[in-house]
Amino acid sequence: MSEAAFALRLKKPSVLPGFGLTLGFALTYLGLIVLIPLAVLAFKAATLGPDELRRLALSPRTLAALHTSFRSALIAAAVDTVFGAIVAWVLVRYRFAGRRALDAAIDLPFALPTAVAGIALTAVYAPNGWIGQFFAPLGIRIAYTPVGIVLALIFVGLPFVVRTLQPVLEDLDRNLEEAAATLGAHRIQTIGRVVAPALLPALLTGFALALARGIGEYGSVLFIAGNIPGVSEIAPVLILIRLEEFDYAGATALACEMLVISFLLLLAINLIQRWSRRRFGDV
Amino acid sequence: MSDQAIALPRARNAPTEESPAARGILIAVALVFLAGFLLLPLAVVFTEALGAGVRAYLAALADPDAVASIRMTLLVTVLVVPANLIFGLAAAWAVAKFEFAGKSLLNTLIDLPFSVSPVVAGLTYVLLFGAQGYFGPWLDAHGIAIVFALPGMVLATIFVTVPFVARELIPLMQDQGRREEEAALLLGAGGLATFFRVTLPNVRGALLYGVLLCTARAMGEFGAVAVVSGHVRGQTETMPLRIEALFNEYSYAAAFAVASLLALMAMLTLVIKTALEWRYAGEIAAIHR
Repeated sequence: MSEAAFALRLKKPSVLPGFGLTLGFALTYLGLIVLIPLAVLAFKAATLGPDELRRLALSPRTLAALHTSFRSALIAAAVDTVFGAIVAWVLVRYRFAGRRALDAAIDLPFALPTAVAGIALTAVYAPNGWIGQFFAPLGIRIAYTPVGIVLALIFVGLPFVVRTLQPVLEDLDRNLEEAAATLGAHRIQTIGRVVAPALLPALLTGFALALARGIGEYGSVLFIAGNIPGVSEIAPVLILIRLEEFDYAGATALACEMLVISFLLLLAINLIQRWSRRRFGDV
Repeated sequence: MSDQAIALPRARNAPTEESPAARGILIAVALVFLAGFLLLPLAVVFTEALGAGVRAYLAALADPDAVASIRMTLLVTVLVVPANLIFGLAAAWAVAKFEFAGKSLLNTLIDLPFSVSPVVAGLTYVLLFGAQGYFGPWLDAHGIAIVFALPGMVLATIFVTVPFVARELIPLMQDQGRREEEAALLLGAGGLATFFRVTLPNVRGALLYGVLLCTARAMGEFGAVAVVSGHVRGQTETMPLRIEALFNEYSYAAAFAVASLLALMAMLTLVIKTALEWRYAGEIAAIHR
């Protein structure tokens, strides 16, 4: 009896079958594939001991790699937010030839394997590349510098911003803009004071998603970065270098730092969405 | 007076629209940005691949190592996608059709792999199954290879693609509710018959959509696989790893030749995706609401 009452509280009764089977399978699968491996990473870090972990986690090369990853991802996410907003606006509000093809092309960075994107961007921005050749005579190097990392991350992060903004823009009530206009607001005032605040949660979410993806990105950055320690070496590349040196402790410490950053960003994204639901209703 | 004369022509624009000039500038900025960042890299792939001529292109694709990498990529994909498809269906059924404690936690866990760097995902498997890993010595003693072999590559790829199918199915199935399934059960259908004849047809579009995205990512996964593959030429190299090896050997034309196949796959993915969005507009709108 008490068991039944306990079960009732954990799960509402339903005539549909298969709850135990599907939930059990899903939890086992997630546990084996995702949770146990991640727990092992944390466990491995714990067995290193606090002093060793601190020494590895705070070593200059590790910190420089994390800094490079974070700074590049931050700049790229900011650029994506600005241009992604323009792209989303143009795709939702304007009608022009080729709009549908452009809309489909936005997902290219999702569909194109990162290794392909990586060598393609390198070929474009290398000193003898399609765009790089115009900058090389000016003494500006794009590929094999931190600038190249940012360009690769802009490519990778763009769809996150556009695809987060698009549905919100489509659902935006045009009446509000008309009301603002009839009350005498200039178009720029309407966009700044009426449209932008409504888009803010989606902009922040898109920014955070692009940032999270950029920090963990490996494939598209590897080729264009040049991977110079302390200058253009990103954290995921350093993890692979540590592994190739059989320095499992160093790789684990850096991976744990990245994992903590990922979890903080995931938390931030959830908080933004909760705040937006409270403020704007179900967006 | 003269102020009014200037102000009047501006009234031709609807008050809730930008002036044609602003509109033109915004469209131009968007087009230039997308052309530079999306189309240019794509164009470079095919130009570089065919730069040395069609015969060199075909020879690069017929190279035994390239062929082996294509086979490996297809093998990994064929093993990964059904696994995540079954997981997606099971997770969506449990999450969307029942109310239970800890549901939002489960939802977060399903999305977790999207926020973990693929390289970190690969590393966890090396720590578990690698020579210095927790199960390494035992596996070695029993002659089982997981890391630097196919099983590890499949596991790492599953890790990074876990959410794709579930992510598309859950919002749609939540939207659809339980009524149709309950009606089927009341009319005497069994659990499996209800699932295959009521639930599955209702989510066909979303399912195909999720499988498509999962397939594209599985074929192109690089970071996670790079950690666990060991880069054994002709054996544990997938196409992205072959591209890396060729590029590092300065065989640019050959690297771009293999890359062009993956680029074609990506373009095909976008075409099918657009077709699915057009065919199943209602379902897919429900997912992204």
